[in-house]
Amino acid sequence: MVYKEYEKTASEIRRKIIGMAYNSKGSHIGSALSIVDILAVLYFKILKINPEKPDWDERDRFILSKGHSASALYATLAQKGFFSEDVLDEYCVDGSRLEGHTNLNCVPGVEATTGSLGHGLPIGAGIALVGKCDKKDYRVYVLMGDGECDEGSVWEAAMFASQHKLDNLVVIIDYNKLQAFGNTKDVINLEPFSERWKSFGWRAVEINGHDFLDIIKALENVPFEKGKPSVVIAHTIKGKGISFMENMLEWHYKSLNEELYKKAIGELKNEA
Amino acid sequence: MRNAFIRSLEEIARYDKRIFLLTGDLGFSVFEKFRDEFPDRFINMGVAEANMTGVAAGLALSGKIVFIYSIVPFATMRCFEQIRNDLCMQNLDVKIIGVGSGLSYGSLGPTHQSIEDIAIMRALPNMVVVCPGDPVEAGLVVRESMHYKGPVYIRLGRGGEPVIHKTRPDFEIGKAITLVDGSDVTLIATGNMLENAVLAAGLLAEKISVRVISMHTVKPIDKESVLKSADETKVIFTIEEHSLIGGLGSAVSEILAEHNKEIIFKRIALPDSFIKIAGSQKYLRSINSLSSEYVAERILKETKK
Repeated sequence: MVYKEYEKTASEIRRKIIGMAYNSKGSHIGSALSIVDILAVLYFKILKINPEKPDWDERDRFILSKGHSASALYATLAQKGFFSEDVLDEYCVDGSRLEGHTNLNCVPGVEATTGSLGHGLPIGAGIALVGKCDKKDYRVYVLMGDGECDEGSVWEAAMFASQHKLDNLVVIIDYNKLQAFGNTKDVINLEPFSERWKSFGWRAVEINGHDFLDIIKALENVPFEKGKPSVVIAHTIKGKGISFMENMLEWHYKSLNEELYKKAIGELKNEA
Repeated sequence: MRNAFIRSLEEIARYDKRIFLLTGDLGFSVFEKFRDEFPDRFINMGVAEANMTGVAAGLALSGKIVFIYSIVPFATMRCFEQIRNDLCMQNLDVKIIGVGSGLSYGSLGPTHQSIEDIAIMRALPNMVVVCPGDPVEAGLVVRESMHYKGPVYIRLGRGGEPVIHKTRPDFEIGKAITLVDGSDVTLIATGNMLENAVLAAGLLAEKISVRVISMHTVKPIDKESVLKSADETKVIFTIEEHSLIGGLGSAVSEILAEHNKEIIFKRIALPDSFIKIAGSQKYLRSINSLSSEYVAERILKETKK
């Protein structure tokens, strides 16, 4: 795929997210839009997966640890063909499978139950450990939020992963610098972020999380060092792609009315 | 019970390669043999129970059967939400081994005692709660838990508990075992209170015929056994080294209340308070109404017409 095609794919995923958010009057739109470009590269370039065989033993595993961005994952899985796009209409609808946070196997392709922050990395580390023990070639990718890194369990798992030389484990951090009730630098400052990961025995790379070439370059080069887990700190923009949502904390919570929905969709059409 | 547990696990691990044992930096003088025999399937996770539980979930998602081990409060409460979300919501094959049930670590103080764990674990969907009554049951529950698909909490004592079962009982998760038959009173015990239940029945033998039941599985509880005893003896006492709130006594009372059994029913358990007096398990039992002598007296008093 060339650059333009990733852009097109990402734009289609964003349209799906906006549609789901509008239908369901759901929230966490900004958090979902923030990770779309990363997901587009993962699912259309990096991950060794087969939508026809979601339980394939040798598949790469992707865990969305920031489970509140579920709509982005559902949209991406549909885009990739894990299930029909109609299923997305069920998002947060009474009696449906698609909840606001991801549940294990709620639809094909969802690898873990997440929603409470700080759970994805320990689970991912466990799966990566089995990969090592059983001499499998798969990799485990865990996408976390920045605010999520306030959780102690993240750092417990970070120490565990380097202790056990899990170089088949890749963390991607959606570093949009906005957590649920403030700027990360004002709430719990994560800096020096890369240095912290490095001091925990990881190799860290910082990228622009909306630059497809940057994302591809980083993810094609994992592990960054043999014998060490890799972390990609992706500088991102919360609400990326919709002008009135970008860098706005309130779009962690707000839902779309008709006027804003039309405006958002209009912007994405122009982009594509 | 610790030794019975690990010997049993060693035996199973020899033929079932899926078994992993993870410990939160505990097991000195207990786990060395397992570690040396199965170095690839034993991991000291360090003092990090949240991560241990999450990693166990990852192993189980990849087809392993995982036993995780620590002292009860650290194995169940420190990482409660990991147990809830990672193990129970995903219904994974992880068996939590909590050691030091009740007052087993008496003199170490309330941080190391466990009086709330049955209540807490019992509230979790998909979780099975088993409190073996002696080393024989502890060994058997390990095997049984292997055949049960999903999370199981196994509440062990520590070391040196007496063997109560003289012969190997039929052990099945969710099926109570009648140790002593009797017709006047039923004494239902769980976990390490089985010893005092049997002793109390012995003390009363010449006055009252006491049926002693080992209710090793508190969830799912053996409802039929409770109802049968209610009908046959008309008097039920429960005994547990756990708070009055939410444990075996609560589980049994729920059954009796919903079946309109108008019988004499009393819970023998620890009060709803932390114990801030130093003492051995035996001492702390004696000042908290859990000694066999007290239990016998209480039964006599409550059943006196």
